[in-house]
Amino acid sequence: MTETPNEGRLSGVSNFFAGVGNRWRGLPKWQRGIGFLAFVAFLYYLPLLGVPGLTWLRTDSIEGGNNWAGVLFTCAVYVLIALGLNVVIGLAGLLDLGYVGFFAIGAYAVAIFGSTQSPVVKSLQDKFDLAPEWAITWAICIPIAIALAMISGVILGWPTLRLRGDYLAIVTLGFGEIIRIVIRNSTNWSGGPAGIASIPGPQGAPSADNHIFGLIDAKPWYWLALSIVLLVVFLVRRLENSRVGRSWLAVREDEDAAAVMGVNPFKFKMWAFAIGAALGGLSGFLFASRQGFIEPNQFNANLSILFVAMVVVGGSGNMAGAALGAVLLAYLPERFRDFSEYRFLVFGLALVLVMLLRPQGLLPSKRRARELKDRQEEVAVGA
Amino acid sequence: MPDEREVLLDVDHVTLRFGGVVALNDVSFSLYKGEILGLIGPNGAGKTTCFNVMTGVYKPTSGGVLFDDKKITGKKPHEINRMGVARTFQNIRLFPEMSAIENVMVGTDSRHYTSVLGALFRLYRVKVKPEELPRVDSSNGLVRTWQQVARTSAKIFGLSRHTLEERAGERKSLELLRLVGIEHRANELARNLPYGDQRRLEIARALATEPKLLCLDEPAAGFNPAEKEQLNQLIRKIRDMGYTVLLIEHDMRLVMGVTDRIVVLEFGKKIAEGTPAEIRDNPKVIAAYLGESADAA
Repeated sequence: MTETPNEGRLSGVSNFFAGVGNRWRGLPKWQRGIGFLAFVAFLYYLPLLGVPGLTWLRTDSIEGGNNWAGVLFTCAVYVLIALGLNVVIGLAGLLDLGYVGFFAIGAYAVAIFGSTQSPVVKSLQDKFDLAPEWAITWAICIPIAIALAMISGVILGWPTLRLRGDYLAIVTLGFGEIIRIVIRNSTNWSGGPAGIASIPGPQGAPSADNHIFGLIDAKPWYWLALSIVLLVVFLVRRLENSRVGRSWLAVREDEDAAAVMGVNPFKFKMWAFAIGAALGGLSGFLFASRQGFIEPNQFNANLSILFVAMVVVGGSGNMAGAALGAVLLAYLPERFRDFSEYRFLVFGLALVLVMLLRPQGLLPSKRRARELKDRQEEVAVGA
Repeated sequence: MPDEREVLLDVDHVTLRFGGVVALNDVSFSLYKGEILGLIGPNGAGKTTCFNVMTGVYKPTSGGVLFDDKKITGKKPHEINRMGVARTFQNIRLFPEMSAIENVMVGTDSRHYTSVLGALFRLYRVKVKPEELPRVDSSNGLVRTWQQVARTSAKIFGLSRHTLEERAGERKSLELLRLVGIEHRANELARNLPYGDQRRLEIARALATEPKLLCLDEPAAGFNPAEKEQLNQLIRKIRDMGYTVLLIEHDMRLVMGVTDRIVVLEFGKKIAEGTPAEIRDNPKVIAAYLGESADAA
């Protein structure tokens, strides 16, 4: 692939990154594999980080700093959100400003079905004469959360994916708010503004006996979230490198031309929406399990904007970029607490700067050059 | 006589109105299997509109289009493509941020069966012939072991349909890129290709959908004489491969040289139809092109 000069004024920085990227891509596959494994091992090691010279990275290295593993867990959840939103915005090119809606649905799914204090579980207990400790198991709540988020994604997408660009953005923005307001006003099944407590984790309802997934030690939570993120990266990568990813890009680039070339734009946009929603639901599920308590105001529209900012700042269309954006936006305010009061000011400034200097994001997407050596030989034989 | 040949496409009394503007007025013509039909006319005559009706972008106000004896008016563009109609665009419409070969592979995908879940889980396995098994050719011990594992597992479990279709798509796309002469640029982004190569890439992408009918909308726009000559040969080659071609073109020399028959549109109406020689001498056509009044001719 020939190099195109990088646009924007940060060309020195971009060229440095492009140089590193090209070197990395130039390595043999197995060396890249080993490099990736080493990176993954480092990620698993992160909560224990004690290497002299790197400890300043820890958020508890400053006065009043938050629990380091807890911050890492938040980062991992945000990365999961960014990966899901990247499918919708980066690959399929659908600007979704209501992503927090799916996040809320996932969170409330585990709260409503898994917590002994939820009105739904209580009424089920009454109806079927069950013990007051009865609730749906955490593990069963996973598919419920994903399915509910996916279904709501399809319901939202069915009428709205015929809209384009700005119109879709406005409708989805409304959707995010509708979910929050409906939850707040439905006291009879969602707990209303009071929220729902006692949300279960992998070891059941929160209690002092939960030694692994307890409230104090966040390390196992981080490892769990990281494992899910890695699984999702693997699966989304598979989609990207298949006809599905190509169809998404084609629809993003030119929907009419894609349709004339045999791509059903509506079907593929719907899939992007459903997959994005499922990942949003999964991340909401993780978030609620760790928190143990949720209430509607945690899911306001600001969060949607933050999610979009993660993808756009990081580099939409590139999983590594979106993940980087998520980590930066989750981690920096925690590490530099002195400035955290000004975080939205700084975010705004950073967004403007990125848009001015590097509109394609910190790590812009780059289409992988296909390795065509084998195919070329086959063609030569066939011709 | 042309009438004895099999009709592939039948445009039947198509009228299209945009509000008060009549873009196409009762246009009818047929296209026979294996021929190259030219569609010509002055600017704004309705040629591209006619293409848009045929490929499902516009629905005609009245009349219909039959393709292969099936009605295609009212169908969605991707359904019409699957029936066997492919086209290029007058103003190039590639997927700019995708590489040349990926652009073509979007076309080959239209004939593939891998679903979203199939691409995700890759559980649909197909048994493969021994010569298609993954190779073991690395000199690096670690990689070699890995390749052997891959080969053995492919022997036992077969390969996923995704993998096989992906390979077939790459192979076919390379063949098409070679046909139009830009194989060496396979991995370049479409937006970085020179203008002429972008036009060629559009033809390759349209051919990749395995059409029965290929519609080319001004493929020679902006070409110099040498490039036009290459295009001329490419269109003939495509016809010889068994495709039927419908060609919109302004360059009279190209149209007269390459087409079997020509349909002339003016102000949304068909004013003439016939062989290039007949069209050249048709007074109405001359009037339309030279701007004489119709009654003077």
